[in-house]
Amino acid sequence: MIGAVSWYESSARERLRLLLDPLSFREFVGPEQREVSPHLNVFNLPQQFDDGMIVGRGRLDGAAVFVAAQEGRFMGGSLGEVHGAKLTGLLRAARDVRTTPVVILFDTGGVRLQEANAGELAIAEVMRALLEARTAGAPVIGLIGGRAGCYGGGGLIAGCCSALAVSEQGRISVSGPEVIETNRGVEEFDSKDRALVWRTMGGKHRRLLGGADSFVADTPESFRAAACRLMHLAPRFDAEMLRAEQRRLAERLRRFGGCSDAFDIWTMEGVANAFDVPNLCTDDFITLADSVREPRYDAR
Amino acid sequence: METLSYRLTAARPAAGSKPLAIIGVVASGNLEVLVERVGAPTECQIEVRTVAEGFGAVWAAVIGDFVMRRSAGGLKLSINDGGARPDTVALRLAQAVRLIEDDER
Repeated sequence: MIGAVSWYESSARERLRLLLDPLSFREFVGPEQREVSPHLNVFNLPQQFDDGMIVGRGRLDGAAVFVAAQEGRFMGGSLGEVHGAKLTGLLRAARDVRTTPVVILFDTGGVRLQEANAGELAIAEVMRALLEARTAGAPVIGLIGGRAGCYGGGGLIAGCCSALAVSEQGRISVSGPEVIETNRGVEEFDSKDRALVWRTMGGKHRRLLGGADSFVADTPESFRAAACRLMHLAPRFDAEMLRAEQRRLAERLRRFGGCSDAFDIWTMEGVANAFDVPNLCTDDFITLADSVREPRYDAR
Repeated sequence: METLSYRLTAARPAAGSKPLAIIGVVASGNLEVLVERVGAPTECQIEVRTVAEGFGAVWAAVIGDFVMRRSAGGLKLSINDGGARPDTVALRLAQAVRLIEDDER
């Protein structure tokens, strides 16, 4: 599409501007406050004024929302101490307000290794705050379609969300391709095989497996429409829902545990020609996914 | 890391009323520019933190050219640089002024 704005190519600030109602965004702890990482200067690395995390409030189709966006081009969107604290604070605000939805624009490779334990702790704090916000009644929606994908601790945080929307370019996983190859060998996973990476971690696979609730085109309009829809569809969050989720995951493992490639899973899911899936355009894929996806158990 | 500070007499004051704007990201070959409405309308302050040490003369040339050509009066520009080339720096500086002058964005 010539002239269309790409979510993948946009910066975190551009994504927020295009996602929200015009001129509705108000930033919390903005770049002018210069809350930069206290760790990066130790390594002689440059800081960014917002530490790669933009948080604030705005309006989506007229409704008040809290928003957070990661900048995937600054240190791979990695979660450091300040980066994580800003998201934790936003989620605690949502917990206290109780009903205002939170929309998180993920774009991260996971924990910032230079910040080590502070970064790992930040991820744990974010997950706790996210679950407290959901318990209080605030839906938390994740949007995934950035350059860095959503990996490591970011993948764990995404797994805690009420619902996820993903584009074909989005990838969701915990260990990234290079990490798996380094630890398990190239025979286990060839990180240079881009087709393998995309059909194992990419948006289409996540949608067909039921990990992502919505598959969208790589445009701000598509992500906006998905966020508006998912805000109102978020499942409740209680022990019964978690038991249903556990049953669903056990069933998934039972059915697909023996598969060695995503093609096998898609075939077992009822896709007539699994090898065609990577080449399907967005609309054709959505039609296919709607016809074959796993049954929904009011859980992700 | 190297920190460089400049304080120049501006050709023209910046238009608009927005208190601040930010453009760019800190990545290899890229930089971010935070621009704030600070100081006298005849003056432009620029503070640079860069990973590429020893390029003070090039920064001085790019910044001198920018302050002469653009309406940078009454602005303070704070830069975090990941080793951008001079043309990228000039582009980001121009974008920063355009953004703070545009009250619609």
